[in-house]
Amino acid sequence: MKTPRSPVATGVALVLAAAGLFAVVPTLFAREGSHAEIERGRYLVAAGDCAACHTNERGQAFAGGRAVPTPFGTIYSTNITPDGPTGIGNWTSDDFYRAMHEGIGPDGEHFYPAFPYPWYTKLTRADVDAIRAYLATLAPVRQQNKPTELPWPFDVREVMAGWNALYFKEGTFRSNPQKSAEWNLGAYLVEGLGHCGACHSPKNFAGAPKRDKAFQGGYGENWYATSLGGDLHDGLGQWTAGDIVQYLKTGANKRAAAFGPMAEVVHDSTQYLDEQDLHAIAVYLKDLPPHESPTRPATTTTADTGDKPDADRVARGRGVYLDDCAGCHMENGEGIAGVFPPLKGNNVVQAKDPETVVHVVLTGQNTAVTHENPTGLAMPAFDWKLSNDQIADLVTYLRSTWGNQGGAIDAGKVADTRKTLVAARTK
Amino acid sequence: MRFIASRRRLLKAALIPSAASVMPLRFVPNASAEPVSAPGQFSYFTPVEFTWVDAAVSRLIPNDDLGPGAKEAGVATFIDRQLSGPYGRAETWYMQGPWKEGTKEQGYQLKLTPAQLYRTAIADIDDWCSKNGKRPFAELDAATQDKMLHDLEKGEIKLARAPAKDFFQMLVQNTVEGFLADPMYGGNREFIGWKLIGFPGPRYNYIAEIDDYGKRYAMPTVGLLGRDGTRVKES
Amino acid sequence: MATRLPPVDVVLVGFGWTASILGQELTDAGLQVLALERGAFRDTVPDFATTQIQDELRYAVRNELFEEPERETLTFRNSMDQTALPMRHLGSFKPAAGAGGAGVHWNGQNWRFLPTDFLTRSHTEQRYGKNFIPADMTIQDWGVTYEELEPYYDRFEYLCGISGQAGNVNGQIHDGGNPFEGVRKRGYPLPPLKRSYGTVLFDKAAKEAGYKPFPCPAANTSKAYKNIYGVQMGECTFCGYCEWFGCGNYSKSSPQTTIFPVLLHKDNFELRTHASVTKVLLDSTGKRATGVVYVDLQGREYEQPADLVILTAFAQHNVHLLLLSGIGKPYDPKSGQGVVGRNYAYQITSSVDVFLNEIVNPFMGAGALGQAIDEFNGDNFDHGPEKFVGGGYIALWTTGGRPILQHHLPKDTPKWGSGWKKAMADNYLRTVSIATHGSVMSYRDAYCDLDPTYRDVYGNPLLRLTFDFHDNEHRMSKFLTDKAAGIAKAMKPRAMHVNQREGHYTIIPYQTTHNTGGAIMGTDPHTSAVNRYLQSWDVPNVFVVGSCAFPQNAGYNPTGTVGALAYWAANAIRSQYMKKPGPLVSA
Repeated sequence: MKTPRSPVATGVALVLAAAGLFAVVPTLFAREGSHAEIERGRYLVAAGDCAACHTNERGQAFAGGRAVPTPFGTIYSTNITPDGPTGIGNWTSDDFYRAMHEGIGPDGEHFYPAFPYPWYTKLTRADVDAIRAYLATLAPVRQQNKPTELPWPFDVREVMAGWNALYFKEGTFRSNPQKSAEWNLGAYLVEGLGHCGACHSPKNFAGAPKRDKAFQGGYGENWYATSLGGDLHDGLGQWTAGDIVQYLKTGANKRAAAFGPMAEVVHDSTQYLDEQDLHAIAVYLKDLPPHESPTRPATTTTADTGDKPDADRVARGRGVYLDDCAGCHMENGEGIAGVFPPLKGNNVVQAKDPETVVHVVLTGQNTAVTHENPTGLAMPAFDWKLSNDQIADLVTYLRSTWGNQGGAIDAGKVADTRKTLVAARTK
Repeated sequence: MRFIASRRRLLKAALIPSAASVMPLRFVPNASAEPVSAPGQFSYFTPVEFTWVDAAVSRLIPNDDLGPGAKEAGVATFIDRQLSGPYGRAETWYMQGPWKEGTKEQGYQLKLTPAQLYRTAIADIDDWCSKNGKRPFAELDAATQDKMLHDLEKGEIKLARAPAKDFFQMLVQNTVEGFLADPMYGGNREFIGWKLIGFPGPRYNYIAEIDDYGKRYAMPTVGLLGRDGTRVKES
Repeated sequence: MATRLPPVDVVLVGFGWTASILGQELTDAGLQVLALERGAFRDTVPDFATTQIQDELRYAVRNELFEEPERETLTFRNSMDQTALPMRHLGSFKPAAGAGGAGVHWNGQNWRFLPTDFLTRSHTEQRYGKNFIPADMTIQDWGVTYEELEPYYDRFEYLCGISGQAGNVNGQIHDGGNPFEGVRKRGYPLPPLKRSYGTVLFDKAAKEAGYKPFPCPAANTSKAYKNIYGVQMGECTFCGYCEWFGCGNYSKSSPQTTIFPVLLHKDNFELRTHASVTKVLLDSTGKRATGVVYVDLQGREYEQPADLVILTAFAQHNVHLLLLSGIGKPYDPKSGQGVVGRNYAYQITSSVDVFLNEIVNPFMGAGALGQAIDEFNGDNFDHGPEKFVGGGYIALWTTGGRPILQHHLPKDTPKWGSGWKKAMADNYLRTVSIATHGSVMSYRDAYCDLDPTYRDVYGNPLLRLTFDFHDNEHRMSKFLTDKAAGIAKAMKPRAMHVNQREGHYTIIPYQTTHNTGGAIMGTDPHTSAVNRYLQSWDVPNVFVVGSCAFPQNAGYNPTGTVGALAYWAANAIRSQYMKKPGPLVSA
């Protein structure tokens, strides 16, 4: 049976059609508000993971009010249900498109790029209309939007005009004719609705992604989102396209398990994408260049990062590992494929910024729960059990053993992460 | 409205949280595991009682040519903390009357909580010493103490209030516990008990070693709080 | 006035193994199911985390995962001429409290009963004559056969990921398995666990003695396993803290590790914790349950209406509830009439400690890591010369070497002093123990009823247990112990110490939590409380699921059979009761 075309693939075809590369096929245009358009909108909303911000924990669907932390303060997501006075029920189709495409509201107010319009700008008009059609089917919720908690001058929205001028490049996705249709589909997803760069790209002081280092890893809120580039150690260089698909679909593969913010992404969004779209994402990601020198060998037996760890520290770290971690991650660091992620060859362990691995050791984590993988295996917290010195020794051991490369870390780093995590919990 | 006959008891029982019901995501070590901040400060015992128990456990598991014993291992401190906690107060035990002496098959039927049994028995034993022309138990020589402990064990010393055999049995049981429990509870200091027998402490993976038949396990002793075993991590 | 709540299709009382199985099966059938658990919610992380669970004092000695007698216990006496007194702290058996029930803290020793076990009376009479059974031994056939239960044993084994070696697959005997087991359609889902040194030595000695030893079926996974519901388990790492503890790395089969992830997320399932059911409510005819009453931690009462009430608490709590609710005629030992409380049984165990020269590292173990022989179980041998009914397996288990409670010392070792110290130092690393696990038949004078004096924290009378070992059990146990001693001798130890079970049954030292009977299944409503589908004869919309259904206890740990019965009952509800609610068996 021929697999049905994904809604996104349809969208891309429209773009390509608009670029004149293909003849316009009238049957591709769904009638506005039709069932097909609404279903496409539902799918796109899952792909864009709108609920991650617009649905508050224990709140009503898409009614907003969720605190979204930014480096400059907290903003609250808005009500995008069809309620007139407090939601987007009175917005026109052009209003909604302008919001998604330019980051500007119906009264000309600027949105903060915590709402990822710099990525959503790439969406086609038809896709944005489909999203709007789906949102219009939601139960309207009467809930006033909460004001932001930003200090001056950031609470003055007009400031964003300046930010946009410097950092925002408005524009619908343009396919790259030198790449395959599948690559372009992946690009449309990753650079558009997926807004992966919002976490996975490094940011400048103003919180804007550094375009020349796209997807090479980004820090935010006690997490370091790993590089999605082709590096063999701290990127996806060792992952196959199949690994990427499996991770996004089920939350785990033989190399990794999704936890923290990615567990939410997989649970709310990527597990609902179809095989074709997931594979396109994988093709796109596998095409990202490594940011390290390609001549560095895949495995070495000693750390080689200039920060050669002290043998005593590594020995102490090994002791902590055998006493505390081997029950799941096994003595050889290989874990159990698909169950407990291996630490050997693990890109999170070897990430340039060890924030994530320190965070995980301190707090433990729950892995993603998906339809294919409902178990939600969890790791316990070690913050009460291990000191900063012990965690620093442990992570140094992990980053320099089994061929891993990542360099030593010091106890001060652990102390800082611990402090900010406690502050975040008690806020 | 249907009357709940023992609402107070129900509420009291409800105020005892199980660790699992109260705690969100963090383990808090047993409350009675707080480090003793100054010598002579005890959670439950009076100084006299502590000295008594320390003397008794020194005979039950003595310091000898096999190495340190219960005293060095801090067993008296362990018992002191246990008695000040839910075990000492028999919080999870059924302590409703009527109280009857049962058959030996029917188990513990005393009205006394463990904490009360210790307090009563210690006073009774020193009282017995005094009435029998002896100095208090803690001041006797080792041989005399041993004889007294044997007599208590056999029920051959009749105490005024506390049943001697029941007390002795509990004392031995708590001494073994204190000698061999994780050091965070105040006993088994420096892993004295575990090192005597060759128990390396709690670890979670023996896949490689379990079929290495006959081989002594070489890893250093570890406790739930690590290889130095005794302190909750502060930093 | 109890607050009346919105009705549900099914209410489950207690949330352990049987409730989890029935909850999963009945929600799959589209029913709306509510489980009421008196204890707290518990899950692998944080409650059984590897970081803190290996704490012998907290969990094995101070019993943190168990029911608190302060809230609910029972009274006990050996015989009717005594006054029953409260079990004031846990001893002989340790019921659980909290989500997952005993499935959290069991060892994972998982067996099928023998085909003859389900026909204890008729088979014994047929082979040995009616007079072989003493007049006061009230054993009965179950009303269900092994062959009928076989697919449900299988389902429970594939739910759990049992590690084992099959002995009899479709009539073909497989080397290395249990040659005496009932016919199974297929092998175990996982291969046997790695062997510890103790089990290897036992295996060799047992073979030399002419027996056919086999690895004990284990609910400890030998490999990572994804079960029948798509739930993922880990791999056992032999940490040695199984019984009394939760498993920290998802490798012991429990409701948490096999069912919770799929059940708890369902829209048609709800779990309420800290909800103690005190009574099943009946309508004015007394023949239909309308729901249950439960009490929360503040003492507030609630009435929960339901179409179907399933008692899935620990065996004796089920019996207690039946008595408190007036469901079924209470058993009177003097007249022999009545059914609720009838045929209580237990397990009779003994051991032989074996002091070896070799280092066996007892602290490396798993709850069901063992090697067994079954030559002396059930009716696997000729009872004619022995003149007792029953039998048991003999196994060397290496479940762990937890220092406070799991050390064995030679006979006549002083209980304290330098002699004790030396014995500990000399023996801890070099000792194993062979266990016998014997059946207990039912007797006219072994039963449960309500205590006249003592009450629980809700003001309800405690359950009263009257029980002792009979001559039949002592002789059978001695027989097993002698055989075990024979194998111990063949291990050529430095020394051995036979721990014969002697004298009266006592409530103090821990033996097993294999309390059975009191709400037994059968074909005759005059001698059973529930029919062959575990449905109450008296109140057809009440089912009672657990080892309380066993008419007598066999020579195996009960959980495998309890799991099979839960699936069997679930199937009867789905395929018959839901289509036509009412008695499934005509009385």
